[in-house]
Amino acid sequence: MSIEILDPVVEVEEASSARRRLRALGWLGWISIAVIVGALLLAVFGPILRPFDPNLGDLSFANVGPFGSHLLGFDGQGRDVLSRLMEGARTTVFGAAFVAIISVVVGTALAISTAWFGGAFDTTVSAAIDVLFAFPGILLAVVAAAVFGPSLYSAGFALAIAYSPYVARVLRGAALQQRAMTYIAALEVQGFGALRLCVRHLLPNISSLIVAQGTILFGFAMVDLAAISFLGLGVQTPQADWGVMVSEGKTGLLQGYPIVSLSAVLCIVLVVAAVSFLGDRLDSFSRDSHR
Amino acid sequence: MLAFVARRLSMLAATLLVASFAIYGALYLAPGSPLAALTGGRTVPPEVLAQLEVRYHLNEPFLTRYWLWLTSALRGDLGESIPLHENVSTLIRERIGVTLGLVLLTSLIIVVVGVGLGIIGALSCGFIDTGVLLVSTVSAALPAFAAAVLLQFVFGVQLGWFPVLGTGDGFVDGLKHLTLPAIALAATSVALVTRVTRAAVREELGREHVQTAVSRGLPWSEVVRRHVLRNAAIPITTVVGITIASLIALAAVVETAFGLNGLGAYLVQAAQNKDFAVVQGISLVLVFAFVITNVVIDIAYAVLDPRVTLGSRAQ
Repeated sequence: MSIEILDPVVEVEEASSARRRLRALGWLGWISIAVIVGALLLAVFGPILRPFDPNLGDLSFANVGPFGSHLLGFDGQGRDVLSRLMEGARTTVFGAAFVAIISVVVGTALAISTAWFGGAFDTTVSAAIDVLFAFPGILLAVVAAAVFGPSLYSAGFALAIAYSPYVARVLRGAALQQRAMTYIAALEVQGFGALRLCVRHLLPNISSLIVAQGTILFGFAMVDLAAISFLGLGVQTPQADWGVMVSEGKTGLLQGYPIVSLSAVLCIVLVVAAVSFLGDRLDSFSRDSHR
Repeated sequence: MLAFVARRLSMLAATLLVASFAIYGALYLAPGSPLAALTGGRTVPPEVLAQLEVRYHLNEPFLTRYWLWLTSALRGDLGESIPLHENVSTLIRERIGVTLGLVLLTSLIIVVVGVGLGIIGALSCGFIDTGVLLVSTVSAALPAFAAAVLLQFVFGVQLGWFPVLGTGDGFVDGLKHLTLPAIALAATSVALVTRVTRAAVREELGREHVQTAVSRGLPWSEVVRRHVLRNAAIPITTVVGITIASLIALAAVVETAFGLNGLGAYLVQAAQNKDFAVVQGISLVLVFAFVITNVVIDIAYAVLDPRVTLGSRAQ
């Protein structure tokens, strides 16, 4: 029990700065948050609330424009576009979130462990990270699709592997900075273990950077996953997905019926713009507070 | 300087060696036997099977096969595509021109438009600057495949100014077929370069040595050219280099969207058909190009900024 008293969580940032930052978001920041929350809600409830079966096509309605309760009309196979957009939000948004979470967890673990132990461990891991930098995310995802067969999982894992080094490189500097601070040395002298120090003390103090990195990566992951699905190497048709829908609608678009592709493009662009705006803001806040 | 270049080059060789091993190893682990692909599922006499095994070195241990592949790759022979019965190097040579043209044209757009808009935005104020910010914000959120679809619809289908599919014949026609793909590929990068350029030029404008130059009566254009842009060139070069390097892989998306007969589109096709020799060959070429571009950026960076300690790229 007494150990808990001796183990104070040292916060470098002040609690009141959180409120100040919320105010500094501005109205564009609040719109971004609203768009992101909306996308998350759509990903959770879209497949339940969709008005029609997203996979049930009636070819006599192929490329028929909006009418009645079919607010966005039908795609080239006579399927309801709005229902497919709502269904597709799940793989698009959750897929990107999955990639962002894995790469942030792996990248953070790499950053903190290399900063903590240093020496030969640091050199080895840093060399491995340098090699990984030679593989652009899209290329890794294409190779993964060739090896494991095209699916959301192979694309997602490939992107997570490709992104982790970037997270590790950004966070390593901050972790090194914290490692050199006196509160870590003080706790070390008191005999606390490395794991406990890293998780309970070092990690919370770089958490704002981690959140910013996660947000930025979520945007990247959404773009890259949609691109890979667009190439036919990610989510597979007839499964609804925004990236798949852009490619499904391309035949119609070239014949002058653009609503399928363009509505999916609009959804992707809106969410990506919101995420990248918020990510940039969070990033500049956290960098300011780490200066 | 020489020592720096030498160290960078040896690191490059090591990276490429490990990367080639990873590429070969990953596809070696893939399920499915190459013999089944070779015979197309037909039953063939055991003598033929044995012949095939010898021809494609299927009985050799993994490391021997990797070594054979690597040494012949260094001689420019990347093996044979099993479904197509054609040499991978020939297939790559036929398509590398399109990809190279696309990346070069895109780089040109990024440098001219991105840096140009950034400088204009930084030097002007009011509505021109706001306009530059607006353009860069919108194009930043436009992924290459989304930009491709939008451009195809507006300039191909609606206005009919540019062809929407295919590679085209000859230089002028080829250029016409590459225009929309290059714009689509450039969209996101232009935004990034514009933003970094604008910020870098703004920062230099506020420096004391610029104020001094102005107060000593130097003409404004001279101040901008020799004191502002010279210093701002360093972050701009870095971001331009990084974005151009990233185009090498992204080209695959745009090539597929526009039906261009380039390396990236062919890589995607090969991945769908499980044509491993082609996937290995093109991946190796793309990783090679990506890594070399990065080394060139590092060296250019050290040349541009003598203050940089010749160790690593500044963060």
